Amino acid sequence: MSTQALTIEDAKTGEVVEAVYEHPFIIRLCHWVNAVSLFVMAGSGLQIFRAFPSFGAKIPQKDLLNWPKSFAIGGWLGGALQWHLTFVWIYIATGLLYLAYQIFSGHYKQILFVPRDVPGVWPMVRHYFFFGPKPPVKEAYNALQKHAYTSVIVLGVLSVATGFAVWKPIQFSWLAWMMGGFHLARLWHFLIMWAMLAFVFGHLVMVVLHGWNNFVSMLTGWKKDPEYVAK
Amino acid sequence: MDSRINSRKFKSLSRRELLKLTPVVALGAFAIPKLQQPLLKAGLGFSDWFSAKLFRPGHLAATFADSELTPANKFPINGYDVADPEVDFDRWKLTVAGAVQEPGDYTLAQIQALPKVTQNTRHVCVEGWDVIGRFGGARLSDFLKTIGADLTARFVTVECADDYYESLDMATALHPQTLLCYEMYDAPLTREHGAPLRLNIPTKVGYKQAKYLTDLKVTNVLEKVGYWEDQGYSEFYGL
Repeated sequence: MSTQALTIEDAKTGEVVEAVYEHPFIIRLCHWVNAVSLFVMAGSGLQIFRAFPSFGAKIPQKDLLNWPKSFAIGGWLGGALQWHLTFVWIYIATGLLYLAYQIFSGHYKQILFVPRDVPGVWPMVRHYFFFGPKPPVKEAYNALQKHAYTSVIVLGVLSVATGFAVWKPIQFSWLAWMMGGFHLARLWHFLIMWAMLAFVFGHLVMVVLHGWNNFVSMLTGWKKDPEYVAK
Repeated sequence: MDSRINSRKFKSLSRRELLKLTPVVALGAFAIPKLQQPLLKAGLGFSDWFSAKLFRPGHLAATFADSELTPANKFPINGYDVADPEVDFDRWKLTVAGAVQEPGDYTLAQIQALPKVTQNTRHVCVEGWDVIGRFGGARLSDFLKTIGADLTARFVTVECADDYYESLDMATALHPQTLLCYEMYDAPLTREHGAPLRLNIPTKVGYKQAKYLTDLKVTNVLEKVGYWEDQGYSEFYGL
């Protein structure tokens, strides 16, 4: 992996700051388009769920949760299905493009969680959640970030797989079988959505807390003054 | 790799990189009221096209043991407007028209004379629930051959006594598990389940499986798709 880096010299003061090109264009494009489509998929999915908010029998029906209509997309079941079955292709396309780019560019090494990252997880958890000391920053992503980003990619793949098992339980009967049948596939699909929303929540909290430079780098690709670059 | 650049140049470089993301704004088209419906229609149309490609004519839906059946009294009754359109069984007939060699009226006895198929299959509702029911009837494909239907035509359409209507792609109509169903749970179809004749199509979602059939037509052109489809539901919805 070769990462581009620049030394920026302020035109007026002559002050110098480092910048690293962290996110190639394809990654940024996929990130934002996929973010919008994930939002639509979750919103319309919740409206679809409203049509039968249960995972048990139809008679008698025991509702699991009464999800408010105002936090859903599509207005009614048919409308929500239109949104869901339209944005799923955008969601899949950006997902595939993202994965293909990561694999062929070698860029994935930046975020792929590998066994050697395991020891780094606990110190980060201790730092974030239990006021522990901040571990030294050596790479663009710490072990916990890599874990989160790798997990959400796996969840993304599973969201599509469980979705196909629910949508095409006969043509993809092997998928439904792998998930423990049609009922469980529907439950997995639902739970995976919540896991992804939990990721999004954590992701947004971190961006708000200390991520302005991170946020900008997902827009322009360039991250100014990264912690892991020695001054 | 490291090189120097002044801050003004870096700003314009960053701006250029940001502008590359303008295609993302295209998603905003979905927020424009005039474009929203055509876009969603196109998206659903693509899903339907893809669904039709995924459909394998010889691939059977799972069948289940009698012990796995949902009890008959727990099989939901979904009518779209009336619970019972009060079909007069003595005068009932199925009127056949369209691209067939022998159009006209067919009696229930004529349909029951065809080889009978009984199957325990899953009935999946678009809402997300499902039940396993026991269905008996004649293969639609056998009936289509009896009436001399043009099997290269694209659609089979049906009209119902309760003004419901549906259409079926020919590949699904010819599927061996697609039945003109006159029995459920080894008893004649009850009125609430669509007596005297309904469709049973395990490879399709529930709303395609019309009840109270009165008319059947083989055609290449659809003037209307189906009661729910014409309100925005998927046209193909194969499982």
